[in-house]
Formats: sequence, C-alpha cells, structure tokens
Amino acid sequence: MEQQQLTGSQAVLEACIAEGVDTIFGYPGGAIMPIYDALYDYKEKLNHILVRHEQGGIHAGQGYARSSGKVGVVFATSGPGATNLVTGLADAMIDSTPLVCITGQVFAHLLGTDAFQETDVINITMPVTKWNFQITDAEEIPAVLAKAFYLARSGRPGPVLIDISKNAQLQKFNYPGYTPCNHIRSYRPKPVIRKEFIDEAVELINNAKKPLVIFGQGVILGKAEKEFKKFIEKSGMPAAWTILGLSALPTDHPQNVGMLGMHGNYGPNVLTNECDVLIAVGMRFDDRVTGRLDKYAKQAKIIHLDIDPSEIDKNVKATVGVWGDCKETLPLLTLGIEQKDRSEWLAVFAEYAQQEYDQCIQPEMYPSSDEMSMAEVIRNINEITKGNAIMVTDVGQHQMVTCRYAKFNDSRSNITSGGLGTMGFGLPAAIGAKFGAQDRTVIGIIGDGGFQMTLQELGTIMQTGVDVKIVILNNQFLGMVRQWQDLFNEKRYSFVDIQSPDYIMLAKSYGIDGCKVEDRKNLVGAVQTMLAHKGSYLLEVMVGKENNVFPMVPQGCSVSEIRLK
Amino acid sequence: MSNNTEKQEYTITVYTENQVGLLNRIAIIFSRRKINVESLNTSPSEVPGIHRFTIVVMESREVVLKIVRQIEKQVEVLKAYFNTNDEIVWQELALYKVLSDEITEKVKVERLLREFGARAVAIRKDFIVFETTGHREETNKLMEALAPFGLVEFVRSARVAIIKESAGFHEKLKDFEEREPGEEVIENEYLGKREAVFTM
Repeated sequence: MEQQQLTGSQAVLEACIAEGVDTIFGYPGGAIMPIYDALYDYKEKLNHILVRHEQGGIHAGQGYARSSGKVGVVFATSGPGATNLVTGLADAMIDSTPLVCITGQVFAHLLGTDAFQETDVINITMPVTKWNFQITDAEEIPAVLAKAFYLARSGRPGPVLIDISKNAQLQKFNYPGYTPCNHIRSYRPKPVIRKEFIDEAVELINNAKKPLVIFGQGVILGKAEKEFKKFIEKSGMPAAWTILGLSALPTDHPQNVGMLGMHGNYGPNVLTNECDVLIAVGMRFDDRVTGRLDKYAKQAKIIHLDIDPSEIDKNVKATVGVWGDCKETLPLLTLGIEQKDRSEWLAVFAEYAQQEYDQCIQPEMYPSSDEMSMAEVIRNINEITKGNAIMVTDVGQHQMVTCRYAKFNDSRSNITSGGLGTMGFGLPAAIGAKFGAQDRTVIGIIGDGGFQMTLQELGTIMQTGVDVKIVILNNQFLGMVRQWQDLFNEKRYSFVDIQSPDYIMLAKSYGIDGCKVEDRKNLVGAVQTMLAHKGSYLLEVMVGKENNVFPMVPQGCSVSEIRLK
Repeated sequence: MSNNTEKQEYTITVYTENQVGLLNRIAIIFSRRKINVESLNTSPSEVPGIHRFTIVVMESREVVLKIVRQIEKQVEVLKAYFNTNDEIVWQELALYKVLSDEITEKVKVERLLREFGARAVAIRKDFIVFETTGHREETNKLMEALAPFGLVEFVRSARVAIIKESAGFHEKLKDFEEREPGEEVIENEYLGKREAVFTM
C-alpha cells in the first residue's frame, strides 16, 4: 500500500480531526507558522479562534473543555507565546481540566543557543502539566499526539503540552495514519476498585446516624451525575458541594444543602464538625474548604472516593479510601446501602439554612439600602434564566456571590477558576464555554478588577461574533482583598482602590452593545434586555463599594467558627 | 513501626521508563516541598529498558508516603517504593587521592588503609587513588583519618540500594504491560493492611 506523504504540521491537524476536535484557540507566531500555514487548508474542518493574547487562548480552551466535556486545544508560538500559557496551564492543572496545548519551537539545531523566541518551555511547564513532550522529528507526531489526547482526558484529567520544533513541522514523512492511544504501560488512569473497601464504606454509611456527603468536580469529570444522585437519594443523605462540584446536582434538589468552605453555607460548614460519617466524593479537601485542618471533622469517620490515589490521605486522613472512578464506585456503594429516611438530620440543615437566610441571605438578596448588592443581580438573572444558563465567573467577591446564589439545573453549568484563583479567567473562559456549548446561554459574571486583566478578548468576541453576556459587577475596588483589609488589616486599604474605564464605550468600540445600571429601578429591565439581546452584550452594574461577602470562615479558623457577620 | 512524624533516612526506589526530562519531573517533586535530596542515583535496572532511581531523603514517614505517591503519579513512572535502612542493603563508593610521598614515608597511613580495607585503583609516582565502599560513616571515617596526611581529593558516590524483600521487577513489568493489572501491580495499594501501603 502506498503511504501518504504529509508534513509534520498536517499530521498535527490530522490528529486533531481524528480526536474529534472542532475548535482550536490560538495565536500564530514565527515558530508555529508551518502549522498555521497547514491550517489554512483545514479551515472547513477545524474552527480556529484567533484570540488576542495566549493567556486568553488557554482560558478559552479551559472554558470550552469545562462546558463541553471534551479536550480543549490551544496553539501558541515559541518564547513569549509559550510562556503566556503558563498561568492557564497552572489553572488547568489544579482544576483538572483536559487540555492539549501545542507550542511551536525553534529549529532543533538551534535548541539551547538562545535563538530568537527560544524558551525552554518543557522545563518551564513541567510542574504545571500532567505530561509534556518535545517533538523534533515529524515521525513522532502521530503517536505523541495520540498519547497527549489520551493523557489529557483519561484518569484525573489535566493539561498536556507538546512542543514541536519548526523543522519537525516542515518535515515531510510517510504518514502511517492515526492510531488513538488507549494504553501506556507506565500509566494507570484508574486504580483498581477493591471490594473490601466498598464493603467497609457501605457498612459505615449504613450505621451512620448523621452522614454528610461532600462532593467536588470529580462527579462532573467522571460524568457520574446520575450515579451520584441515585447514591444520595437512596439513603437520603444531605449533600454539600465545593465550588467546582457546583451544578453536578441541581441546586434545588431537596438534599442539596449548599456550599462548603470559606464563603459557603452555614449549615454544611458547622455540621461538618457534627456529622458522624463524612463521605467525600471526587474532591481534594482544599484548605479553602477545610479551614483549620486539625479542627476539621475530627469526630467523623471519613470515606474518601477519588480516582487519584495521591489525593487520599493527602490533607485529611481517610478511615476508608475508596480508590477508583466514581462512575464505577458510586453504583457499587448504592447497591449496598440501605434505604433510609433522614428527614430529622436534614431538618437540622434546614434550621441552619433559615438562620443564614434571615441574617445573611435575605438582606443580601433584597437589600434595604439604596446601594445594589451583587446577590440581587444574581437573583435577577436567576429569575429570568430559571437556572438554565452557564455561569462563568472570574475570581473574587463576585465569584463567591455567584457560586452562593446562582441556580443550576444542569451539570457543567458553573465554570470558574477554583484552585488557582486566576483573575482574568472569566472573560476568555466565557468565550470558550460558549464555543463548547453553542445552544446554551453563557453569562460571564466578572469583577471590575478581573475584567481589566483580560479585556483584550473583547476583540475575540468582535471578530467571531460569539454570543456571550458579560456582567461586570463594579464595586470600584479589588473587593475581596479590600474585604480582608477591612476585617483583618484595620481597614488599611492598600492599593485596592481601582479605577475603571467607561466599559460601555469600550464595548461599543468593539461593536458590543451594553448598558450601565446605577439605580435599582433599572436593574430588572437591563437584565431582561441583555438576555433578550441577539449577540454579545455588556452589562455593568454599580454595586455597593464596601459590601463584604458573608458567611465567612476566617483563615486559620475551624469551619464551625464560621461568621454570619 | 516508627513514628509517622519522626524524621529518618528513607531510600526511595523508582522504576521508570527511560525518558528525557523525567529526572527533572521527579526532582521538582522534592524541590517544590523544599526537601533536600541527600543522594540520588540513576542506573539501568534488572529489566532491560527500565531505569531505576535510588533517592535518599531525611524525612518523616508521612511526608515520604505523600512524595512517593506523587512520584508514582508521573506518567513515565512504573512503580515507586520506599524503605527504611533496616529494609535495604546499601553501599556507597568513595575515592581518595593521597600524595605518594606521604604513603611511602609514613607507615601509619599504610596501616590505616589496610584497616579500612581500601584498595589502590591508580598508583603513580606523585599520587595514589584509593577506593572503599561502605556506608557513609565508614567512608567518612577514612576521610577524617587521612585528612592529616594530605588528602588531596575526596569524592563519594550516591547510595545504591537493594531492597531485601524485593523479588525484582521482571514479573511486575509483565503485569504493567497488560491492560488489566493483576494483583502484582497493586500489591501496594490498600490490601486491607493500611500499614503495608507502599512498603514491600
């Protein structure tokens, strides 16, 4: 059989097509020009989105991956193009987002000579990638790319970076065709499920008087939303979420008792220290969730389900570690656990919820002052979207408020930078999220600080015509840092007073319609206009300057020391 | 069983693919946690194509356990073990360069070398290079003893270690090559005995 001759660049694009990639976020440059030249002939098959900065490109790739459940693909050139990916790689690494990033590299014979736009991207990105690899010979491309896609999406997903020298992109070789990878001998994506630990976990749950389930993104990444729902419904257990687990279970589910952690709900935080069995599903006990570790759930037996063995016992010692993919382990647990009515225990959560509502939520959602609150903006959005929109947030107060108050019916609807807390994530991630879920409404809720970090991506919106609703909650401060300075640094507001441009004019210059709301009476109408608008829209809402997000578990405190005020 | 938080010497043995950059991937697991690597050796293992790292750290069991899991998580790492000193047989090699005049003139030096079982590996008119193998304390003692007699150069290798209870890696590798791992591969993973995790 005659073998087809391809260039390395063509082989890269063939790999993308074979892996079912439809969208690529990228930015061209010298060392990746051969791939872009090849892309010119693949325009029909691959939708390349030209971003305005590589960081925007990778955050868009993350948004795409999170809304679609597919691998996000990002192209960037060598040197500065590659280094601009680093923040996004770190974000994707800590939030387990599947990405394949392809960077151009100088010619192989120039490696190590400080050539123009040469940087050692492999070593720079080593701590922030699940795997990375440098290709200097086109023959390596099909197998390495197959491995890259397999590693990015399997097991605990993560970012993979492939650096391809320019000569390999140009080199012609006999293309053997594309064979997907599904096994690497040194890599075990899923640990073996041990029946004895399933049995032990089942026994603990069946004997529990006050079990509490806490779930993270593992449920979403494992596509185990149904399995999870069956599991908690069978034994009537209350379930609380981390911000990356949010939307895996509908927010109005009767057993959904709310958010964990620093700005989470009152009940789940306090009752973490009162439950007798704590069942953690696909979450990693981040310090923002646990608060002070030596006072965290000390009274409880802990069952920890995770696909990544290194997570078990990392922060919180498990009584029973259930290693495995929760899509497989949850049904095994469900099979063994008894049907139970735990309405008494759920009623304790309801009591705390009522207290929190009266003291915290009600005044936030329906403020008595003239100043608008972030929570009432989210309430207005909820009332129109009915929980059907994808909400993408940046990082800070608006993020905590959105996670606390937004309603969700469907999984993969809450997209935020959790572990890394990357300001500037919101706008590009919202763009990517829309490309990953074109039939859904995507709303980016962003603060005035974070928006100014990546606002160049308005250009991407302009050029692609992508329909993203942008809500800037403007408190004229770097609000979360200001809140900490207020509470812990005697109101010494050190460099948190941030000015904004005229966002509406700015949007207009990019051909995006918008509206600024400074008075409550215009809010409902403005939200309606935004959501009814065809195409992108920017809504700026001036909110109270010095509002703080409560409840709050102050750093270094136990979750049971959560403050309502 | 020693205390989980008490620091002691641990020898970490890692079986890996032979891949550029893997040394760095493993090294950053230590440097990220600001843990000093006391000694590091890479060499071929008993299985062709499989490399073996021997890493010595002074750390608590708790920390070592987490590090070993992070190492094992790396894509190109097949398996990582950790052992205390009583679970392994280990050696280090040391070389000593001494001026020939000192040796020939001073009988005491000759006696010293004999006492420490040192072997001459190079004999020249101007200097002689001796070699000993042993534990660090042993090679150190000879270094200290030679110091007053003009020890010109001294160098010591990393630790190489054999795990007493290990049956080698040949059989395990076969399992790794299978799609569905057999018991061998997971022998370290929660066999009902929490204490046995990651030890052999």
